[in-house]
Amino acid sequence: MSGKPRLTYLNGRGRMESIRWLLAAAGVEFEEVFLQIKEQYEKLITDGSLLFQQVPLVEIDGMKMVQTRAILSYIAGKYNLYGKDLKERALIDMYVEGIIDLMHMILMFPFSPPDAKEKNIDSIKDKATNRYFPVFEKVLKQHGQDFLVGNKFSWADVQLIEAILAVEEKVPAVLSGFPQLQAFKKRMSNMPTIKKFLQPGSPRKPPPDEHYVETAMKVFMK
Amino acid sequence: MAGKPKLHYTKGRGKMESIRWLLAAAGVEFEEEFIETKEDLEKLRNDGVLMFQQVPMVEIDGMKMVQTRAILSYIAAKYNLYGKDLKERAWIDMYVEGTTDLMGMIMYHPFQPADTKEKNLALIIERATTRYFPVYEKALKDHGHDYLVGNKLSWADIHLLEAILMAEECKPDILSAFPLLQAFKGRTSNIPTIKKFLQPGSQRKPQTDEKFVATVRKIFNF
Repeated sequence: MSGKPRLTYLNGRGRMESIRWLLAAAGVEFEEVFLQIKEQYEKLITDGSLLFQQVPLVEIDGMKMVQTRAILSYIAGKYNLYGKDLKERALIDMYVEGIIDLMHMILMFPFSPPDAKEKNIDSIKDKATNRYFPVFEKVLKQHGQDFLVGNKFSWADVQLIEAILAVEEKVPAVLSGFPQLQAFKKRMSNMPTIKKFLQPGSPRKPPPDEHYVETAMKVFMK
Repeated sequence: MAGKPKLHYTKGRGKMESIRWLLAAAGVEFEEEFIETKEDLEKLRNDGVLMFQQVPMVEIDGMKMVQTRAILSYIAAKYNLYGKDLKERAWIDMYVEGTTDLMGMIMYHPFQPADTKEKNLALIIERATTRYFPVYEKALKDHGHDYLVGNKLSWADIHLLEAILMAEECKPDILSAFPLLQAFKGRTSNIPTIKKFLQPGSQRKPQTDEKFVATVRKIFNF
Protein backbone atom coordinates (compact mmCIF):
# COMPACT_ATOMS: atom_id res chain seq x y z
CA MET A 1 0.00 0.00 0.00
CA SER A 2 1.40 3.30 -1.08
CA GLY A 3 -0.12 5.53 1.59
CA LYS A 4 -1.57 7.76 -1.09
CA PRO A 5 -5.29 8.49 -0.98
CA ARG A 6 -7.23 6.14 -3.24
CA LEU A 7 -10.28 7.40 -5.09
CA THR A 8 -13.02 5.07 -6.34
CA TYR A 9 -15.49 6.44 -8.89
CA LEU A 10 -16.44 6.42 -12.55
CA ASN A 11 -13.75 7.42 -15.02
CA GLY A 12 -15.19 10.90 -15.32
CA ARG A 13 -15.87 14.10 -13.41
CA GLY A 14 -19.16 13.70 -11.58
CA ARG A 15 -19.02 14.26 -7.85
CA MET A 16 -15.39 13.18 -7.57
CA GLU A 17 -13.92 15.95 -9.68
CA SER A 18 -13.97 18.57 -6.88
CA ILE A 19 -12.03 16.09 -4.74
CA ARG A 20 -9.45 15.57 -7.49
CA TRP A 21 -9.10 19.34 -7.80
CA LEU A 22 -8.59 19.86 -4.08
CA LEU A 23 -6.05 17.09 -3.66
CA ALA A 24 -4.18 18.27 -6.74
CA ALA A 25 -4.22 21.90 -5.60
CA ALA A 26 -2.85 20.77 -2.23
CA GLY A 27 -0.06 18.96 -4.06
CA VAL A 28 -1.25 15.54 -2.92
CA GLU A 29 -0.70 12.57 -5.24
CA PHE A 30 -3.49 10.03 -5.35
CA GLU A 31 -4.50 6.74 -6.96
CA GLU A 32 -7.75 6.00 -8.72
CA VAL A 33 -9.96 2.95 -9.19
CA PHE A 34 -12.53 3.32 -11.96
CA LEU A 35 -15.95 1.70 -11.90
CA GLN A 36 -16.77 0.35 -15.34
CA ILE A 37 -19.24 -2.45 -14.70
CA LYS A 38 -22.05 -2.96 -12.18
CA GLU A 39 -20.34 -5.95 -10.60
CA GLN A 40 -17.50 -3.77 -9.27
CA TYR A 41 -20.00 -1.46 -7.59
CA GLU A 42 -21.99 -4.35 -6.17
CA LYS A 43 -18.83 -5.87 -4.76
CA LEU A 44 -17.97 -2.62 -2.98
CA ILE A 45 -21.39 -2.74 -1.37
CA THR A 46 -21.24 -6.38 -0.30
CA ASP A 47 -17.69 -5.83 1.01
CA GLY A 48 -19.14 -3.13 3.26
CA SER A 49 -16.83 -0.46 1.86
CA LEU A 50 -19.52 2.11 1.15
CA LEU A 51 -21.09 3.55 4.29
CA PHE A 52 -24.31 4.56 2.50
CA GLN A 53 -23.82 2.32 -0.56
CA GLN A 54 -22.68 5.29 -2.59
CA VAL A 55 -19.56 6.66 -4.22
CA PRO A 56 -17.45 8.83 -4.17
CA LEU A 57 -15.25 6.71 -1.92
CA VAL A 58 -11.88 8.02 -0.80
CA GLU A 59 -9.58 5.81 1.22
CA ILE A 60 -7.46 8.20 3.21
CA ASP A 61 -5.61 8.01 6.53
CA GLY A 62 -7.09 4.63 7.37
CA MET A 63 -10.67 5.74 6.73
CA LYS A 64 -13.04 4.74 3.95
CA MET A 65 -14.56 8.19 3.52
CA VAL A 66 -17.80 8.78 1.67
CA GLN A 67 -20.02 11.85 1.13
CA THR A 68 -18.37 14.45 -1.05
CA ARG A 69 -18.62 17.33 1.39
CA ALA A 70 -17.22 15.30 4.28
CA ILE A 71 -14.28 14.27 2.12
CA LEU A 72 -13.62 17.80 0.88
CA SER A 73 -13.84 19.25 4.42
CA TYR A 74 -11.38 16.66 5.69
CA ILE A 75 -8.88 17.36 2.92
CA ALA A 76 -9.25 21.13 3.37
CA GLY A 77 -8.71 20.78 7.13
CA LYS A 78 -5.75 18.47 6.76
CA TYR A 79 -3.90 20.57 4.21
CA ASN A 80 -4.54 23.97 5.78
CA LEU A 81 -6.96 25.17 3.13
CA TYR A 82 -9.75 25.92 5.60
CA GLY A 83 -8.86 29.33 7.00
CA LYS A 84 -7.22 30.24 10.30
CA ASP A 85 -10.28 30.30 12.58
CA LEU A 86 -13.97 29.60 12.85
CA LYS A 87 -15.07 32.79 11.13
CA GLU A 88 -12.80 32.26 8.12
CA ARG A 89 -14.07 28.71 7.96
CA ALA A 90 -17.62 30.04 7.98
CA LEU A 91 -16.87 32.28 4.99
CA ILE A 92 -15.14 29.47 3.12
CA ASP A 93 -18.10 27.18 3.83
CA MET A 94 -20.60 29.78 2.59
CA TYR A 95 -18.68 30.43 -0.61
CA VAL A 96 -18.12 26.74 -1.26
CA GLU A 97 -21.78 25.86 -0.68
CA GLY A 98 -22.88 28.52 -3.16
CA ILE A 99 -20.43 27.28 -5.76
CA ILE A 100 -21.52 23.68 -5.16
CA ASP A 101 -25.12 24.72 -5.90
CA LEU A 102 -23.97 26.19 -9.22
CA MET A 103 -21.85 23.13 -9.99
CA HIS A 104 -24.84 20.91 -9.26
CA MET A 105 -26.54 22.28 -12.34
CA ILE A 106 -23.51 21.31 -14.41
CA LEU A 107 -23.32 17.90 -12.70
CA MET A 108 -26.88 17.09 -13.66
CA PHE A 109 -26.68 18.54 -17.17
CA PRO A 110 -25.45 15.42 -19.06
CA PHE A 111 -28.38 13.46 -17.65
CA SER A 112 -31.06 15.89 -18.78
CA PRO A 113 -33.18 15.03 -21.84
CA PRO A 114 -31.96 16.48 -25.18
CA ASP A 115 -34.91 18.87 -25.48
CA ALA A 116 -34.15 20.39 -22.08
CA LYS A 117 -30.47 20.95 -22.69
CA GLU A 118 -30.68 24.42 -24.21
CA LYS A 119 -32.93 25.63 -21.41
CA ASN A 120 -30.50 24.20 -18.88
CA ILE A 121 -27.57 26.06 -20.39
CA ASP A 122 -29.59 29.28 -20.19
CA SER A 123 -30.30 28.49 -16.56
CA ILE A 124 -26.62 27.89 -15.81
CA LYS A 125 -25.70 31.14 -17.56
CA ASP A 126 -28.40 33.04 -15.67
CA LYS A 127 -27.42 31.72 -12.25
CA ALA A 128 -23.69 32.12 -12.85
CA THR A 129 -23.95 35.70 -14.08
CA ASN A 130 -26.75 36.94 -11.80
CA ARG A 131 -26.46 34.99 -8.58
CA TYR A 132 -23.02 33.50 -8.03
CA PHE A 133 -20.24 35.27 -9.94
CA PRO A 134 -21.31 38.76 -8.77
CA VAL A 135 -20.74 37.68 -5.17
CA PHE A 136 -17.16 36.65 -5.75
CA GLU A 137 -16.44 39.59 -8.05
CA LYS A 138 -17.55 41.88 -5.23
CA VAL A 139 -15.55 40.05 -2.57
CA LEU A 140 -12.34 40.31 -4.59
CA LYS A 141 -12.99 43.96 -5.45
CA GLN A 142 -13.71 44.92 -1.85
CA HIS A 143 -10.56 43.52 -0.26
CA GLY A 144 -8.33 43.72 -3.32
CA GLN A 145 -6.49 40.57 -2.29
CA ASP A 146 -5.46 37.63 -4.43
CA PHE A 147 -7.57 35.05 -2.59
CA LEU A 148 -11.18 34.96 -1.47
CA VAL A 149 -10.67 34.53 2.28
CA GLY A 150 -8.01 35.70 4.73
CA ASN A 151 -5.49 36.73 2.10
CA LYS A 152 -4.49 33.08 1.81
CA PHE A 153 -5.12 30.27 -0.65
CA SER A 154 -8.06 28.14 0.52
CA TRP A 155 -10.61 25.52 -0.56
CA ALA A 156 -12.89 28.37 -1.64
CA ASP A 157 -10.40 29.50 -4.29
CA VAL A 158 -10.02 25.97 -5.64
CA GLN A 159 -13.76 25.48 -5.80
CA LEU A 160 -14.21 28.79 -7.60
CA ILE A 161 -11.57 28.21 -10.27
CA GLU A 162 -13.06 24.77 -10.92
CA ALA A 163 -16.51 26.31 -11.31
CA ILE A 164 -15.32 29.12 -13.58
CA LEU A 165 -13.68 26.68 -15.98
CA ALA A 166 -16.68 24.32 -15.90
CA VAL A 167 -19.15 27.11 -16.67
CA GLU A 168 -16.90 28.49 -19.41
CA GLU A 169 -17.08 25.12 -21.14
CA LYS A 170 -20.83 25.69 -21.48
CA VAL A 171 -20.92 29.50 -21.70
CA PRO A 172 -17.60 30.65 -23.16
CA ALA A 173 -18.01 34.39 -22.58
CA VAL A 174 -19.45 34.07 -19.09
CA LEU A 175 -16.68 36.10 -17.45
CA SER A 176 -17.04 39.05 -19.80
CA GLY A 177 -18.67 41.23 -17.13
CA PHE A 178 -16.31 40.16 -14.36
CA PRO A 179 -12.82 41.66 -14.58
CA GLN A 180 -11.81 40.59 -11.05
CA LEU A 181 -12.77 36.99 -11.82
CA GLN A 182 -10.84 37.11 -15.08
CA ALA A 183 -7.72 38.15 -13.15
CA PHE A 184 -8.50 35.54 -10.47
CA LYS A 185 -8.79 32.83 -13.10
CA LYS A 186 -5.40 33.75 -14.53
CA ARG A 187 -3.73 33.88 -11.10
CA MET A 188 -5.16 30.55 -9.96
CA SER A 189 -4.35 28.84 -13.25
CA ASN A 190 -0.73 29.86 -12.79
CA MET A 191 -0.30 28.48 -9.30
CA PRO A 192 2.16 25.61 -9.72
CA THR A 193 -0.04 22.77 -8.43
CA ILE A 194 -3.08 23.98 -10.34
CA LYS A 195 -1.08 24.68 -13.47
CA LYS A 196 0.14 21.09 -13.35
CA PHE A 197 -3.42 19.80 -12.90
CA LEU A 198 -4.54 21.78 -15.93
CA GLN A 199 -1.96 20.17 -18.19
CA PRO A 200 -2.66 17.10 -20.32
CA GLY A 201 -1.84 13.84 -18.60
CA SER A 202 -3.02 14.99 -15.18
CA PRO A 203 -5.81 13.19 -13.26
CA ARG A 204 -8.23 15.91 -14.36
CA LYS A 205 -11.13 14.35 -16.23
CA PRO A 206 -12.62 15.62 -19.51
CA PRO A 207 -16.17 16.98 -19.76
CA PRO A 208 -18.75 14.18 -19.53
CA ASP A 209 -19.78 12.68 -22.87
CA GLU A 210 -22.35 10.08 -23.92
CA HIS A 211 -20.02 7.23 -23.01
CA TYR A 212 -19.74 8.59 -19.47
CA VAL A 213 -23.52 8.85 -19.15
CA GLU A 214 -23.93 5.29 -20.46
CA THR A 215 -21.37 3.93 -18.02
CA ALA A 216 -23.01 5.76 -15.10
CA MET A 217 -26.39 4.28 -16.00
CA LYS A 218 -24.90 0.82 -16.43
CA VAL A 219 -23.04 0.85 -13.12
CA PHE A 220 -25.62 2.52 -10.88
CA MET A 221 -29.06 1.81 -12.25
CA LYS A 222 -30.96 -1.19 -10.89
CA MET B 1 -29.22 44.32 19.53
CA ALA B 2 -30.06 41.28 21.58
CA GLY B 3 -26.92 39.35 20.83
CA LYS B 4 -29.03 36.29 20.21
CA PRO B 5 -28.84 34.64 16.81
CA LYS B 6 -31.69 35.73 14.55
CA LEU B 7 -33.18 33.28 12.09
CA HIS B 8 -34.85 34.39 8.85
CA TYR B 9 -37.14 31.79 7.24
CA THR B 10 -40.73 30.79 6.73
CA LYS B 11 -42.75 29.67 9.72
CA GLY B 12 -42.17 26.00 9.05
CA ARG B 13 -39.49 23.34 9.12
CA GLY B 14 -37.83 23.26 5.73
CA LYS B 15 -34.09 23.77 5.72
CA MET B 16 -34.10 25.86 8.89
CA GLU B 17 -35.38 23.16 11.21
CA SER B 18 -32.01 21.42 11.65
CA ILE B 19 -30.56 24.79 12.64
CA ARG B 20 -33.30 25.30 15.24
CA TRP B 21 -32.61 21.81 16.61
CA LEU B 22 -28.87 22.40 16.88
CA LEU B 23 -29.16 25.80 18.57
CA ALA B 24 -31.78 24.44 20.96
CA ALA B 25 -29.73 21.37 21.80
CA ALA B 26 -26.73 23.61 22.46
CA GLY B 27 -28.89 25.61 24.88
CA VAL B 28 -28.71 28.75 22.72
CA GLU B 29 -31.73 31.06 22.73
CA PHE B 30 -32.57 32.54 19.36
CA GLU B 31 -35.02 34.94 17.72
CA GLU B 32 -36.97 34.35 14.55
CA GLU B 33 -38.27 36.66 11.84
CA PHE B 34 -40.77 34.90 9.61
CA ILE B 35 -41.13 35.35 5.88
CA GLU B 36 -44.87 35.26 5.31
CA THR B 37 -45.25 36.73 1.84
CA LYS B 38 -43.35 36.99 -1.42
CA GLU B 39 -42.81 40.67 -0.54
CA ASP B 40 -41.04 39.75 2.71
CA LEU B 41 -38.55 37.68 0.70
CA GLU B 42 -38.13 40.43 -1.88
CA LYS B 43 -37.35 42.92 0.86
CA LEU B 44 -34.58 40.73 2.25
CA ARG B 45 -33.17 40.37 -1.25
CA ASN B 46 -33.38 44.09 -1.96
CA ASP B 47 -31.75 44.90 1.37
CA GLY B 48 -28.76 42.91 0.15
CA VAL B 49 -28.64 40.65 3.20
CA LEU B 50 -28.92 37.33 1.38
CA MET B 51 -25.57 36.41 -0.14
CA PHE B 52 -27.08 34.15 -2.81
CA GLN B 53 -30.62 35.57 -2.62
CA GLN B 54 -31.68 32.57 -0.55
CA VAL B 55 -32.77 31.63 2.93
CA PRO B 56 -32.06 30.20 5.51
CA MET B 57 -30.21 33.24 6.76
CA VAL B 58 -28.94 33.44 10.33
CA GLU B 59 -27.57 36.61 11.87
CA ILE B 60 -24.92 35.39 14.28
CA ASP B 61 -21.75 36.91 15.73
CA GLY B 62 -21.87 39.88 13.38
CA MET B 63 -22.26 37.70 10.28
CA LYS B 64 -25.28 37.24 8.04
CA MET B 65 -24.75 33.56 7.42
CA VAL B 66 -26.42 31.68 4.61
CA GLN B 67 -26.22 28.09 3.32
CA THR B 68 -27.58 25.56 5.75
CA ARG B 69 -24.46 23.42 6.04
CA ALA B 70 -22.20 26.42 6.61
CA ILE B 71 -24.49 27.65 9.38
CA LEU B 72 -24.75 24.23 11.02
CA SER B 73 -20.96 23.67 10.87
CA TYR B 74 -20.34 27.05 12.47
CA ILE B 75 -22.80 26.41 15.30
CA ALA B 76 -21.48 22.89 15.87
CA ALA B 77 -17.90 24.10 16.13
CA LYS B 78 -18.75 27.11 18.26
CA TYR B 79 -20.64 25.04 20.82
CA ASN B 80 -18.22 22.10 20.89
CA LEU B 81 -20.49 19.68 19.11
CA TYR B 82 -18.00 18.88 16.33
CA GLY B 83 -15.67 16.31 17.86
CA LYS B 84 -12.21 16.77 19.30
CA ASP B 85 -10.09 16.51 16.14
CA LEU B 86 -10.12 16.26 12.36
CA LYS B 87 -10.95 12.54 12.28
CA GLU B 88 -13.89 12.84 14.65
CA ARG B 89 -15.09 15.76 12.56
CA ALA B 90 -14.81 13.56 9.46
CA TRP B 91 -17.07 10.92 11.05
CA ILE B 92 -19.55 13.53 12.24
CA ASP B 93 -19.60 15.02 8.73
CA MET B 94 -20.19 11.62 7.12
CA TYR B 95 -23.00 10.74 9.50
CA VAL B 96 -24.63 14.15 9.13
CA GLU B 97 -24.51 13.97 5.34
CA GLY B 98 -26.40 10.68 5.55
CA THR B 99 -29.13 12.06 7.80
CA THR B 100 -29.25 15.19 5.63
CA ASP B 101 -29.95 13.04 2.56
CA LEU B 102 -32.71 11.16 4.40
CA MET B 103 -34.31 14.29 5.86
CA GLY B 104 -34.06 15.95 2.44
CA MET B 105 -36.28 13.25 0.98
CA ILE B 106 -38.80 13.70 3.79
CA MET B 107 -38.70 17.48 3.47
CA TYR B 108 -39.57 17.40 -0.24
CA HIS B 109 -42.24 14.75 0.14
CA PRO B 110 -45.16 17.19 0.71
CA PHE B 111 -44.15 18.99 -2.50
CA GLN B 112 -44.26 15.87 -4.67
CA PRO B 113 -46.99 15.62 -7.31
CA ALA B 114 -49.98 13.61 -6.09
CA ASP B 115 -49.41 10.70 -8.47
CA THR B 116 -45.88 9.96 -7.22
CA LYS B 117 -46.44 10.67 -3.51
CA GLU B 118 -47.15 7.10 -2.48
CA LYS B 119 -44.16 5.70 -4.36
CA ASN B 120 -41.99 8.43 -2.89
CA LEU B 121 -43.09 7.59 0.64
CA ALA B 122 -42.25 3.93 0.02
CA LEU B 123 -38.80 4.97 -1.15
CA ILE B 124 -38.25 7.10 1.97
CA ILE B 125 -39.14 4.15 4.19
CA GLU B 126 -36.93 1.81 2.17
CA ARG B 127 -33.97 4.16 2.33
CA ALA B 128 -34.44 4.81 6.04
CA THR B 129 -34.62 1.13 6.92
CA THR B 130 -32.08 -0.33 4.48
CA ARG B 131 -29.56 2.44 3.78
CA TYR B 132 -29.45 4.86 6.70
CA PHE B 133 -30.69 3.44 10.00
CA PRO B 134 -28.58 0.26 9.73
CA VAL B 135 -25.45 2.44 9.61
CA TYR B 136 -26.25 4.23 12.86
CA GLU B 137 -27.50 1.05 14.55
CA LYS B 138 -24.18 -0.61 13.68
CA ALA B 139 -22.13 2.38 14.82
CA LEU B 140 -23.80 2.29 18.24
CA LYS B 141 -23.47 -1.49 18.42
CA ASP B 142 -19.79 -1.52 17.48
CA HIS B 143 -18.63 0.85 20.21
CA GLY B 144 -21.44 0.45 22.73
CA HIS B 145 -21.35 4.13 23.65
CA ASP B 146 -24.30 6.45 24.17
CA TYR B 147 -23.27 8.77 21.34
CA LEU B 148 -22.25 8.24 17.74
CA VAL B 149 -18.77 9.77 17.81
CA GLY B 150 -16.08 10.06 20.43
CA ASN B 151 -18.27 9.03 23.37
CA LYS B 152 -19.62 12.59 23.54
CA LEU B 153 -22.75 14.38 22.36
CA SER B 154 -22.18 15.91 18.94
CA TRP B 155 -24.04 17.43 16.02
CA ALA B 156 -24.33 13.91 14.56
CA ASP B 157 -26.47 12.74 17.49
CA ILE B 158 -28.79 15.73 17.37
CA HIS B 159 -29.22 15.38 13.61
CA LEU B 160 -29.93 11.66 13.97
CA LEU B 161 -32.62 12.23 16.59
CA GLU B 162 -34.24 14.82 14.34
CA ALA B 163 -34.15 12.34 11.43
CA ILE B 164 -35.59 9.52 13.56
CA LEU B 165 -38.54 11.63 14.68
CA MET B 166 -39.22 12.80 11.11
CA ALA B 167 -39.06 9.23 9.84
CA GLU B 168 -41.45 8.11 12.58
CA GLU B 169 -43.90 10.72 11.37
CA CYS B 170 -43.82 8.85 8.03
CA LYS B 171 -44.14 5.41 9.63
CA PRO B 172 -44.61 5.23 13.40
CA ASP B 173 -42.96 1.83 13.86
CA ILE B 174 -40.04 2.55 11.54
CA LEU B 175 -37.54 1.79 14.32
CA SER B 176 -38.99 -1.65 15.02
CA ALA B 177 -35.89 -3.47 13.74
CA PHE B 178 -33.43 -1.12 15.42
CA PRO B 179 -33.27 -1.68 19.19
CA LEU B 180 -30.18 0.46 19.71
CA LEU B 181 -31.73 3.37 17.85
CA GLN B 182 -34.82 3.03 20.02
CA ALA B 183 -32.64 3.29 23.11
CA PHE B 184 -30.70 6.15 21.51
CA LYS B 185 -33.94 7.98 20.82
CA GLY B 186 -35.05 7.56 24.45
CA ARG B 187 -31.72 8.72 25.88
CA THR B 188 -31.19 11.66 23.57
CA SER B 189 -34.76 12.91 23.93
CA ASN B 190 -34.15 13.16 27.66
CA ILE B 191 -31.17 15.47 27.41
CA PRO B 192 -32.54 18.59 29.17
CA THR B 193 -32.11 21.05 26.30
CA ILE B 194 -33.57 18.59 23.81
CA LYS B 195 -36.39 17.58 26.14
CA LYS B 196 -37.30 21.25 26.41
CA PHE B 197 -37.27 21.66 22.61
CA LEU B 198 -39.60 18.66 22.26
CA GLN B 199 -42.21 20.20 24.54
CA PRO B 200 -45.16 22.26 23.29
CA GLY B 201 -44.41 25.96 23.18
CA SER B 202 -40.85 25.56 21.97
CA GLN B 203 -39.62 26.94 18.66
CA ARG B 204 -39.83 23.52 17.04
CA LYS B 205 -42.08 23.74 13.98
CA PRO B 206 -44.93 21.34 13.13
CA GLN B 207 -45.08 19.00 10.16
CA THR B 208 -45.64 20.64 6.81
CA ASP B 209 -49.30 20.39 5.78
CA GLU B 210 -51.01 21.17 2.48
CA LYS B 211 -51.82 24.71 3.51
CA PHE B 212 -48.19 25.41 4.28
CA VAL B 213 -47.09 23.86 0.99
CA ALA B 214 -49.28 26.37 -0.80
CA THR B 215 -47.79 29.26 1.19
CA VAL B 216 -44.24 28.15 0.43
CA ARG B 217 -44.98 27.75 -3.27
CA LYS B 218 -46.32 31.29 -3.35
CA ILE B 219 -43.40 32.84 -1.49
CA PHE B 220 -40.70 31.09 -3.48
CA ASN B 221 -42.56 30.98 -6.76
CA PHE B 222 -42.44 27.29 -7.69
